[in-house]
Amino acid sequence: MTRLLQALLFAATLALAAPGTAQADAGDSPVLQRIEARGVVNIGHRETSIPFSYMADDGQPIGYSIDICLHIVDAIRAELENPDISVHFIPVTGQTRIALMANGTIDLECGSTTNNLTRQRQVAYLPTTFITGTKIAVRRGTDVSEIEDLEGMIIGVSAGTTNEKAIKAHIAEHGLNIRITEVKDHSQGWLAMETRRIDAYGSDDVLLYGLISRSKSPDDFEVVGRFLSFDPYAIMVPRNDSGFQRLGTAVLARLMRDGEMERLYNRWFAPGPTNINMPLSDTLRVAFQIQALPE
Amino acid sequence: MGDFDVSVILDNLPFLLQGLQLSLVLTALAMTGGIVLGTLLALARLSELKPLAVAAGLYIDFFRSLPLILVIFWFYFLVPLVLGRPVGGFYSVLIAFTLFEAAYYAEIIRAGITSVGRGQVAAARALGMTYTQTMHHIVLPQAFRAMVPVLLTQGIILFQDTSLVYVVGLKDFLTSAELIATRDQRLVEMFLFAAALYLVLCFSASQGVRLLQRRLAK
Amino acid sequence: MTYNWNWSILINDPYLGWLVDGLLWTLAVSLAAWVIAFTLGSVLGILRTTPSPTLRTMAATYVEVFRNIPLLVHFFLWYFVFPELLPDAAGMWVKREMPLPAFTTAVVALGLYTASRVCEQVRAGIEAVGSGQRNAGRAMGFTEQQVYRYVLLPVAFRIIVPPMTSEFLTIFKNSSLALTIGVIELTAVTRRIEEYTFQGFEAFTAATVIYSLITFTVMGLMRLIERRSRVPGMISLGSG
Repeated sequence: MTRLLQALLFAATLALAAPGTAQADAGDSPVLQRIEARGVVNIGHRETSIPFSYMADDGQPIGYSIDICLHIVDAIRAELENPDISVHFIPVTGQTRIALMANGTIDLECGSTTNNLTRQRQVAYLPTTFITGTKIAVRRGTDVSEIEDLEGMIIGVSAGTTNEKAIKAHIAEHGLNIRITEVKDHSQGWLAMETRRIDAYGSDDVLLYGLISRSKSPDDFEVVGRFLSFDPYAIMVPRNDSGFQRLGTAVLARLMRDGEMERLYNRWFAPGPTNINMPLSDTLRVAFQIQALPE
Repeated sequence: MGDFDVSVILDNLPFLLQGLQLSLVLTALAMTGGIVLGTLLALARLSELKPLAVAAGLYIDFFRSLPLILVIFWFYFLVPLVLGRPVGGFYSVLIAFTLFEAAYYAEIIRAGITSVGRGQVAAARALGMTYTQTMHHIVLPQAFRAMVPVLLTQGIILFQDTSLVYVVGLKDFLTSAELIATRDQRLVEMFLFAAALYLVLCFSASQGVRLLQRRLAK
Repeated sequence: MTYNWNWSILINDPYLGWLVDGLLWTLAVSLAAWVIAFTLGSVLGILRTTPSPTLRTMAATYVEVFRNIPLLVHFFLWYFVFPELLPDAAGMWVKREMPLPAFTTAVVALGLYTASRVCEQVRAGIEAVGSGQRNAGRAMGFTEQQVYRYVLLPVAFRIIVPPMTSEFLTIFKNSSLALTIGVIELTAVTRRIEEYTFQGFEAFTAATVIYSLITFTVMGLMRLIERRSRVPGMISLGSG
């Protein structure tokens, strides 16, 4: 019943939004209206989500997600027929992003946020721009290639993350004898790793590569195993604004159609300015193809 | 871990001192704001206007019932929402500390005010002084004299409490030390240094307060 | 404001269970740490009032060292630094084999820190009984031990009920710092719910209400006990 209602509501919003997007103005999109009124697009960015959204040495936010968002800003300028619309960057954290989006401070959150259905009760997302999932980092030479090999050892996870959920579920499901140490954040997790408090650290694989690349002895560690969870990253936009969401979706579809998305990806990840060196995976390439909707 | 390496402390001293500066500025501002607001709250709580007294009492009891860490989270979350625009972490935290510490200062100040005998208040009123005049000329000067050591001691506690901004990643002294500890794998050196510095600063300050207390008691 | 309030999150599975678990951990940390703080603090408080200058200095040094370092730093020292200073085998045991490493560390750190505050309350209580009673006890031929056992402590502990209550409530509130070393107590649970569901306001509100309710309940109960335990003719010490 609720599904039917949602579908009807969705259809209704689409029907209402459709004529709006045809015109060269803000239409009935509250976000586009306020952008038009302010003359500014407010972009929320992270400060240390390397290489998605972080601060360059000169204090400017840069990264893969930021580049994508700047394409969306161009589309907003075209839509509102106002090339003078400027961009205002606002730093957000895991604790403030929802508050700032809910109160209308930021129009787009360009970081490294996982899209899931529970969170969609609070915010809306544009198409997936990156696919990661939980993997484990171990010391080289510990003879561990999958989480099952950690039998009798200790794994660390950052408390409250989707990784914690995935690893705990996996351990419970398979009845593994692996002890879990919870840490406050990734830097403490890595500290636990370096001081041999834990034998493995579980996190999104892209973050593990980042932690390893910044450690003092990157050669001592490696990321192993299959994905234990599925974490698609996406740009976050306010909920209940299908007009704005459609505009963002259209931009991403175009970028994926004309290959620009892959160029952006290679610029930041292969090997990328931080030397993270993660070539485009087949999964993500297919995701780009599937999301490359026609006009 | 290797041997104790003093150079990691010396090399990063400017960065650490910058953190310390933030801790001290936050302490000074929150203490000033907290004492001003705390005085108002104490006066309200002692007011003869019942609703005002009850409201101030609720405010004080409410904040004193919460862990500071939770209050910091709340304001980190709430301040941007209330102001409708983003504010730096520093201002969120400053507002949180000011409002939180005000509850503690209010109790100290209330105790100070009630320590000035009722007789004096009655005498001042009998002389025809207004409530404001009585407070301004008779009660508050004596009360503050009695309270200064306690207020300063609470200031030392406040300084220690500023280390909690670590939980929202604001670069105070402790956060700076932790950043270096994790970055350079020198946690023994950094955390021991942090502990030693806090100990020296807080111990000296408390000895200072003790001296002052002796002088005021004369 | 487009925040989508969803209070039902608080009673939904698994979030309700998390909140309950978080509360239980908070209580477990607080109570276990209180046992350490009360025991050690009482011993130290007595030492600070003994005639022996050596014992007095030892206890005073403990108080100054523990009281002048922020609690959060104590947590880090016990969790990160302590195992590194031990011999390798012992350090590895603390880091890896010790049961409930984060919980145990939190209890020890919080207990030892609060002992310094309890010590000061106990000392104040004993001093408030007055040297007259101490001398009277001695004059009656009591040994030093008997003076404490039968004269000073029974009175001292009754007049410090209010400040001890507020010390207990402080330990209860301070237990929230355990989240920084990975104990998933009540405050940590609210952050976890925010991360999972983006419904942080609801979780924060729940935690705030729980902390307040418990504090007010304890204060109410202690006011009753205080009335019962009041020593006739002696004012109990303020809850500073």
